[in-house]
Amino acid sequence: MNRITKIFQDVKKNNKKVFIPFITAGYPRLESTAELIPALADGGADLVEIGVPFSDPMADGPTIQASSHTALENGVTLKWIFKTIKKIRNNVKIPLIFFSYLNPILKYGLERFFKDSQKIGIDGLLIPDLPPEESDEIKKLARRYKINTIFLVSPTTSNNRIRLIEELSDDFVYCVSVTGTTGTRGKLYSEVKPYLMRLKSNLKKPYVVGFGVSTPEDVKKISEISNGVVVGSAIIKFIEKFKNNKELPEKVKNYVKKLKSPLK
Amino acid sequence: MKRKKGYFGKFGGMFVPETLVPILEELEMAYFQAKKDKKFIEEYKHYLEKYAGRPTPLYFAERLTKKLGGAKIFLKREDLLHTGAHKINNTIGQILLAIKMGKTRIIAETGAGQHGLAVATVCAKFGLKCVIYMGEEDMERQKLNLYKMRLLGADVIPVKSGCKTLKDAINETLRDWVTNVRDTFYLLGSTVGPYPYPLLVRDFQSVIGREVKTQIKKNRNSSLILIACVGGGSNALGLFYPFLKDKSVKIYGVEGGGLGINSQKHSATLARGDIGVLHGSKSYILQDFDGQIKIPHSISAGLDYPGVGPEHSYLKEIGRVDYTSATDKEALKAFHILTEIEGIIPALESAHAVAYAVKIAPKCSKNTNIIINLSGRGDKDVDIVAEAEGKKL
Repeated sequence: MNRITKIFQDVKKNNKKVFIPFITAGYPRLESTAELIPALADGGADLVEIGVPFSDPMADGPTIQASSHTALENGVTLKWIFKTIKKIRNNVKIPLIFFSYLNPILKYGLERFFKDSQKIGIDGLLIPDLPPEESDEIKKLARRYKINTIFLVSPTTSNNRIRLIEELSDDFVYCVSVTGTTGTRGKLYSEVKPYLMRLKSNLKKPYVVGFGVSTPEDVKKISEISNGVVVGSAIIKFIEKFKNNKELPEKVKNYVKKLKSPLK
Repeated sequence: MKRKKGYFGKFGGMFVPETLVPILEELEMAYFQAKKDKKFIEEYKHYLEKYAGRPTPLYFAERLTKKLGGAKIFLKREDLLHTGAHKINNTIGQILLAIKMGKTRIIAETGAGQHGLAVATVCAKFGLKCVIYMGEEDMERQKLNLYKMRLLGADVIPVKSGCKTLKDAINETLRDWVTNVRDTFYLLGSTVGPYPYPLLVRDFQSVIGREVKTQIKKNRNSSLILIACVGGGSNALGLFYPFLKDKSVKIYGVEGGGLGINSQKHSATLARGDIGVLHGSKSYILQDFDGQIKIPHSISAGLDYPGVGPEHSYLKEIGRVDYTSATDKEALKAFHILTEIEGIIPALESAHAVAYAVKIAPKCSKNTNIIINLSGRGDKDVDIVAEAEGKKL
């Protein structure tokens, strides 16, 4: 069984809340990725979202844009990402998800991408610039190579579209908290509550909330009306702050613990 | 689930974050309604005529024809339009659409500043809030247009991400749109981006080709050649589109050859790119081995774009249009020729089209008519030309 499916069975049965941190592959340095993924897992991540850097990340705010830029300067390629994850996959038991814009995947070769993802143990894929209408081919390949697909719901999504997106998302739906790019913001909860209540009454599958979730308090409040959270920019900011600290993996582990603490 | 609409062959589509999909569908619906709305069409025509200055002349360039000694050369004088380029055809159409949709805030990207200027102009005219994203590098290259936009009341925001030019300005405008999607209208300047923009911009620009059709006398003994420069491709499609079905018409699109298409410094996307997804549509793009977008180069800021409209990719694939390129040097030479013997200073973008005409006209018979889309005037480029030639203003 796909590792993501397993986790979300637990979510459905036991009302478990999932915590999903995001990191940009090859950031802040090439060698960081092999240290940070295990650190995130040790800190209590239920899944890890691995960002594949792209030169033109239109859905990302300044923090993740800058990290992608640095990663590309470090020389990150999909080939390198596969090689790196392969080395650590046996030591990391939790599901790993790719967050990638479409173009690097197209250039790598769609079938080759899915084949290699399966081979090294990638469990899921989220493409922020691929709406359901354009997803036929990708969905077919994802099924063939047993990679779960995750699609986004946004505050502008109608109830009819929500059902379509739910159908295409294998185990869970990713809800974009507010209209906008990735990044931290203030006053998240009061802004998103009515929208999350609408989702709750329209979705049968579990859903997690991302974009703007940045503090333990956000994690607590948002997870009360969802099945979990994704934290991206806040983690990248934290890594940026301690990028030259020798204890970076340990620090990241503890940061994840702290962010996740309300989910006990 | 199949989406067949929004494609030109296998090119085009709507590759955008979910937040924008419902808004693009709203735009598509509003556009198809407007197209059938007599009042809307009347209004669009009214402003094109009274405000922008249409129809533009089709001018017989007699001395250029004589100098080149072959085909008869005609210039479609889009440079005579208000704001100095064809861009206004599209901005009038889209702002009327924005008003019809009840949007109160207009955002746009600009490269050379010609589109930004045309957007700031219609926003001033119709009293809408206007935000323009412009790459920091382009701001430096196009100071005059920058100042004009600010005079017109636009809030011009410098883009510091990526390579700080047009492609990054588009990314930044898309990010603004994703954030302020409900009250904001993205007034896109070329036949690029997610569906329905490539179609919508082409339709608003097609007035160029439709006018030419009524202005040129065709008979059995003469043949017709169309030439236009291609960056994103809006002036080119505007001229080409009404002629596509007439297979007797030869059509050439001229890309920015920069320092040569075998160098790494050019913006000849159709000649040297391959298929990918950028800014919401599938088309030819300039990318590296890992699918990262390359930094293009052209002396003309308006051609300096690593993508191209999806319909151009389609026209290349089916062989309907021949795509070629002119280098910076050839464009500069053509700039001088037209200036000196016709008294018309062309935009550096349009000079690329002139350059190709200069190349092929001598080989054509006297019964051939060549129509060059003179998409913009060159005032904005005079200092760039001076600098390229080591002269001080």
